[in-house]
Formats: sequence, structure tokens, C-alpha cells
Amino acid sequence: MEIKQTALAGTLESSDIQITLSQGSNGIQIELDSSVEALYGPQIKQVITTTLQAAGIDNTQVKAVDKGALDCVIKARTLAAAQRALGTVDEPNWEVL
Amino acid sequence: MVNTLKNKVEREIPAEFLETRKGFESTEIGNPEIQRTAPQVRVSTGDDKVVDSIEDIVKKLVKDGMTISFHHHLREGDFIFNKVMDAIISLGIKDLTLAPSSLTNTMNDKVVEAIKAGTITNITSSGMRGSLGEAVSHGLLKNPVIFRSHGNRARSIENGEIKIDVAFLGVPNADRLGNANGMTGDAAFGSLGYALMDANYANKVVLLTDNLVDYPNTPASIKQTQVDYVVKVDQVGDPDRIGTGATRFTKNPKDLKIAKMVNDVIVHSPYFKQGFSFQTGSGGAALAVARFLRQSMIDSDIKASFALGGITKPIVDLLEEGLVNKVMDVQDFDKGAASSMKNNKNQQEIDASWYADPENKGAMVDQLDVAILSALEIDTDFNVNVMTGSNGVIRGAIGGHQDAATAKMTIISAPLTRGRIATVVPKVSTVVTPGSSIDVLVTEVGIAVNPKRQDLIDAFKQVPGLPLVSIEELQQRAEKIVGKPQPLEYTDRTVALVTYRDGSLIDVIKQVKD
Amino acid sequence: MEERLRRTMMFVPGNNAGMVKDAGIYGADSIMFDLEDSVSMDQKDAARMLVYEALQTQDYGDAELVVRVNGIDTPYFKNDVFAMVKAGIQVVRLPKVESAQMMKDLVAVVEEAEKKFNIPVGTTHVMAAIESARGVLKALEIAESTDRMIGLALSAEDYTTDMKTHRYPDGAELEFARNMILHAARAAGIAAFDTVFTNMNDVEGFQRETEHIHQLGFDGKSLVNPRQIDWVNKVYEPTKKEIENALDVEAAIEEANAKGSGVISMNGQMVDRPVVLRAQRVLRLAKASGLIDEDGEYIEE
Repeated sequence: MEIKQTALAGTLESSDIQITLSQGSNGIQIELDSSVEALYGPQIKQVITTTLQAAGIDNTQVKAVDKGALDCVIKARTLAAAQRALGTVDEPNWEVL
Repeated sequence: MVNTLKNKVEREIPAEFLETRKGFESTEIGNPEIQRTAPQVRVSTGDDKVVDSIEDIVKKLVKDGMTISFHHHLREGDFIFNKVMDAIISLGIKDLTLAPSSLTNTMNDKVVEAIKAGTITNITSSGMRGSLGEAVSHGLLKNPVIFRSHGNRARSIENGEIKIDVAFLGVPNADRLGNANGMTGDAAFGSLGYALMDANYANKVVLLTDNLVDYPNTPASIKQTQVDYVVKVDQVGDPDRIGTGATRFTKNPKDLKIAKMVNDVIVHSPYFKQGFSFQTGSGGAALAVARFLRQSMIDSDIKASFALGGITKPIVDLLEEGLVNKVMDVQDFDKGAASSMKNNKNQQEIDASWYADPENKGAMVDQLDVAILSALEIDTDFNVNVMTGSNGVIRGAIGGHQDAATAKMTIISAPLTRGRIATVVPKVSTVVTPGSSIDVLVTEVGIAVNPKRQDLIDAFKQVPGLPLVSIEELQQRAEKIVGKPQPLEYTDRTVALVTYRDGSLIDVIKQVKD
Repeated sequence: MEERLRRTMMFVPGNNAGMVKDAGIYGADSIMFDLEDSVSMDQKDAARMLVYEALQTQDYGDAELVVRVNGIDTPYFKNDVFAMVKAGIQVVRLPKVESAQMMKDLVAVVEEAEKKFNIPVGTTHVMAAIESARGVLKALEIAESTDRMIGLALSAEDYTTDMKTHRYPDGAELEFARNMILHAARAAGIAAFDTVFTNMNDVEGFQRETEHIHQLGFDGKSLVNPRQIDWVNKVYEPTKKEIENALDVEAAIEEANAKGSGVISMNGQMVDRPVVLRAQRVLRLAKASGLIDEDGEYIEE
């Protein structure tokens, strides 16, 4: 699916992550800024990538500012951003959740 | 590969550092015979001590290769360190060993500058943080930093391992011969506990004050017999940043929950009885423990014989309420504690040796019943790290951690996780305090007792509502929440040595990989 | 309906990652994730996702898990219910309930979701928040509207506004609503939750109010801060005398069971059902308060 608009979800508060998705054409490109990058950098990127792919997004620029979010929060924020970017907030894709 | 040997806490210590030091073996000190040293004395009647210029005194006293010292009682409000170091750097002096009681953030940039200038080539400290910790962890200093606890610094000064050539000591008042205390003046900070070691053992003692008072100045914590020079400066420190203002009771529900559980552990331990003694830290959770403990002491009609260590207003309140008989005060963390010392003879200033020196004729920590300490990390062997952060970078201080952990019951109070960082881990990144001296870990989800303390386990088992779990369970629970981190990457180069209180090597800190 | 302690129902703002993560550590009997008033309009979707993912992965211990969905007349309602049912929430709390029909409408959506996501129909429970004069007067029909009901909760902010008053320290303005809701809940055999107390600096006022609703017979209170949990539990602690009496009743029950007798007697008197039920409730409270251990042994201080 194609991203219709740049979209953002999540906050910059502790234990949260802010995900911004914008149009891209070269696969899923992630720019990660995390306080726990040394420990969890690849893991965070993995969760974002898998979640986006499940939501049907294969090309996008991702900016992720992480404040120590757990995987479930990363997934939730990525999904919220994906729905917003795809314009499907009001018809969630229940199979993806 | 570097040739290494394992010490008793299973840490690989590079052999090159074991030529002059032992690896850590035991928390037991025994009864060795120790030879102490004494300082050189430049004889004077005392009429020639007052000088106006830091530059002049530095030029006169500081030579290449010397060891210089400072105290950290002025904490983040310190103006002395940067002024003196500016003079030393601009004079082009090289190869100094910096041996302060600790380094606060306000000193960081100046230390980095002095290292880059070749002025400082060796450091021993209780700890370091911020930009300095980052720089050292990335290999800025050629020789490894030596981290010592407050008790170990006192011990090393007394036995000559640290031979201070010149001590620069900021004081909030002094007379023209150098009689001084920490209790009055704009920059009053209370106890001079750590600085008293330097005053007693440095070859040259320079006081710096903005408050020259009539001779003779009493009470004199530092005495004219110890002081070589008194430098008049504009301002010793920023009073608003020396200690925190009114200590506020934490409202963080997680901190409060942990504090209440810590109090439950204390109250149900065999040590909670008439005349017990305790030490708490300065964080929000530690202050909350003091509040809960106060109520428990009132309810059970129990009074403490003494409270020890770094002192806060809530501890002074217990003294004033008669719930604590004596406060044995090595430093004061807030204005309330700092200003009460002059009014209350039961708030006794103690030096770092009296407080915590392991090679002593008895230190206060040897008499301590209960210590409540914090941790950045604690592992399933109960080893504690208070020195390196989750990214392996130096960002802490030993302080009195190893020393107070000799208490009969040492409680580590810490949240199970901080953000995505697990506090309870399989192996701490740096061992600072050995697990054999830790008795209880309190987290918000459960209390783990060191298996070697079966007596405590038996006591706590009788108490409903005390959620006893194994430390392995806590570690697994933390890992379930935050996931399994990938291992940190270090180079082979050692940037710091972590010594135990007896001087042995308990761990080393490696340079982080960029 | 399953008997369980419901002294404390802690509100957790649904879009706050830190609070959603830590909600399980405070020992609340019920955790209520909020998708409604604590979440701004433009974050409804994000909060729904966050609570959904947290429910899938986080360990909230023994707490009963409740979610307050957005009102039945909002565009968020149906997606909220679908997501929460799919996540396996135990109880859906509907705000601003004024009729049995609203609960029936909720149940229809819940059932649709259960079928869609292959969850046995009837698994998900519901409760109603009563926030208006009409809701209070219809309390009994609401309480009896569906066999999925577990409780009624009073929500005083909207209610007092509807009544053209506001909250007072003595709570006189809530007396009728509290009694209506409590009676309806008891008549229907479900739980009754008192309203929140929001001034965290007025600890005495909170304790006074909690003692009052405890005396009336409420199961517990909705809470805005984890610090209030211990305060409520303290009020709900049974007295030593109550515990001893309950332990005696329990012993009598065991004796009767051992003898294979259907008649429970104590000190020569027959013990009837209300006494047994009260004793069981006292022992549940005593265990939860750490006054007796799991085996029912009394703990000496």
C-alpha cells in the first residue's frame, strides 16, 4: 500500500517512542534515535520493520525517536502511524492487529 | 588478547594491573598492622599565611608531576575547582595527578580541558559523570582512572598510597591562620568530612574562602596547625547549587511503593530494635524511607542510636524529634541538614576515616545495622554496579557504597526496570560492591534475600504481604519486560580500575567501542 | 458471578506508555485503562492501539482488567470495543449509561466482536458508569440489563453538573445517587463502585469519603492515583474481631463438611447463609490485607 500522507504517532515522554512515516521508494528506511540504541537498536528496527510490512507498507522513510519504549509500545505506535499514513484510522485492519 | 586473571567475583583483571595490586578476594579486612604516614610541615608562626592571588600560590606550590586534591562538598555550586585549575593550566604545569574526594558535573569540562592540555595525566576519584565520564570512557586519559570509595580514599591517604602534595580546600569561613569550619557563611555546606583527610595529610594545605573572619575562629574543624595558606577569593560557591533546597517528599508512586517495602523489610528484620542504627542515601526514594521509618519508630516506640553518612533534612528532623540520638555526619546533602549542624551538638561532624576507613581502629560503618543503598544494576550474584550506565559509559560514583554495605543488613532499593533498562541482570557490567556484602534487594514487584542470609529469609517468611522471590525470578521478570539486550562492545583497553575498599581490584572498566 | 475483591479500580490514561506499562505493580484489584476522557480526540486511535498491544503482552498479575471505551454515540465506540474484545479484555466499562437499552446495544457489539474473533460468546463482561440523574433513576434496570454485568460505578463529576450542583466535602449531594446505585447493584447481585476523589493533597478528605462509602456497603472506589490504593485497602481491612469470628465460621464449615452434614453450627447455634457469605468476604479481605496467611492462620503482630 502507498503512504498517502506523512504521519506521526507517539510522544517524547519516557517509555514511549515517536514514529514518523513519510513517503519513500527505497524499501523501509529507519532513522533511529534511542537512549538504548547500544542494547536494543537492531531489535527496535526489527519490530518497526515487521509491523510496517504486516500493515502492507514496503516503502517508507521512518524517523523513530525512542525514549526506552517496550516492544509492545513500539508496535502500537508504528501501527497507529501506519493507519494514519494510509488513511485507514476509521477502518482498522483487524487481521494485522 | 590481554593476559587476565579472574578475581573472586569472576572478573577478568588484566595481569599488568596485578603487579602492584591484589585482585579482590574478600570483604573481610581482618586485623593487619598498618603503617600510616605523616605530612611534611613548613614551619611558620602563622603571620604570613594570607594571600590574595590564586595564581601566586599555584606558582609557588604546584610543580610538574605533583598530586593535587580538592573536596566536593560544594557540589554543583563549586567555584574553587575551576578557578584553581585555570591558574594551573595557564601556567603550563604538566603531569599532575588529580585526587579529589569526588568530581561533580561543574568540574567536568575543566578536567577534560586539563587532560587535553597534558596538565592532568592521572586521576583518582570516587566517581565521575557527564562529559568527563564520556571522555574517559572513550579513552581520553592515557592512564586508567582509579576509583576509590570514600573509606578507601581515607585509607589510601593515611597509608601513603595517595600522597597529596597540595590540597586546595574551599571553605565558607576561615581566619587568617586557617581555623575554619563548614557551618557558617554564604557558602555554608555543613560537614567538612571528606576535606578533613586532605587537611590532615597533605604536605601543603591551601584554604580558599570568601569570608575571612576574626581570629581565632571556632569551632575549628580545620585547624591552623594544618594550614599553610589562606587565599581570599570573591566567591567560594553558588549557595543555590551547593545543596538542594527544601527536600521534597517524592510523589512518584513507584518510588513510594519501593520505599514502603524497604521500610517493611527493616521493621520486620531482627535489627529493628531499641538503639539500632541506619544509613540512607539522598534520592527521593531514600527520603521516603526516612518518612516511613519515622512512623514505624513512633508506632513501635523505638529510637535509633545513630544515623550515618550523607545527611538530609528528614534525617535531621528525626534527630530533633528525639527518634535518633546522634547524627554522624560526613556530608550534608541539603540546606536543612547543612544549617542545623551548628545548632545541634548531636549532629557530629566526622571525617572520612572515622566514617568508613576499613583499615582503622573501628570505623562507624563497622557499627552500622542497616544500610539502604541504590544500584544502577544488580546481578543474580547480588553484585552491584553504581558506576557504568547501560551503554557501558562511566556515569556514577562509588561514594560510600562499598563501605556502608558492610552494615549488618544492606538493602538495595531499586526499580526492576528503568525505561527499557533492566536493573536486575544476569551479570552487571561493572562490579563495584560485591554481592557477598548485599543482603536484600527490594524492587516494586518483589523482595529478594541473598541466599546466604537464611536467617533473614526465615524472618521475612513469617510476614504476610512481604513478596519474597528469588533474585533469578526478578531477573527473568525484568528480561521478560524489556527483552534480551545485545552485549555491549568494548575495546581491550582499560580506562579505569575499580578498587574495593581494601585497595584490591574488584573490576576494570574498558574503553567503549564507537 | 465470580466473587472477587473490587476495592480499588485504578484509572490508567490509555495513551500514556509509561503508566500503561507500570499499571500492574501497585496491587490494584482492578485496572481500568481509559480510552475516553483522558485521551484527546486526535489520539483516540493511538491510545486504542497502545492498550491493545499492552493487553496482549504485559503481565498485570491477578488484577481484573477493565477498559473504559468511548461513549456509544461516538465514532470511536465500535472500534474501541472490537479492539478490546480481540485483546481479551475482561470487562468493558461503558460511560454515561442512562438505560438498559444502552447496555444491550453495547452487548450486541461485544457479541459481534466475540464472534468475529472466535472468542466464546459471553466471555467478555461489561459494567456501566452512571453519570446523570436519568442514569441514577434507571439504576436497577441498567444493573439487570444483561447477565454479562459485573457492576455499576458512580461518576460524580458529570452527575453533579447534571444535578446543577458540584462536589462538597460532606458529599451530601451524592447521597441519593450512591444509595440508588448501591441498592440496584445489590438487588442485581453485582458490584458497586464509588466515584473518584481527585484532590491528591486532601488525604484526610479521601479517607473520610472512603470510610463513608465502606460503611454504606460499596465494594470499592475508582481511583485516579496508585497512592490511593493503600489508603482504600486500609479502610477495608477487617478488624481483629471480625477475622476471628470469620475463622470460627470457617472452622464450623469445615467441621460440617468433614461430618458430611449440610447444617453448619457454631456454639450450638445454626449458622445461616448470610453469616457464611460475610465470613468468606472478611477472610478474602484479611488475606488481601496480609492479616492472615494463605492457610487462614492469624498473624500475630
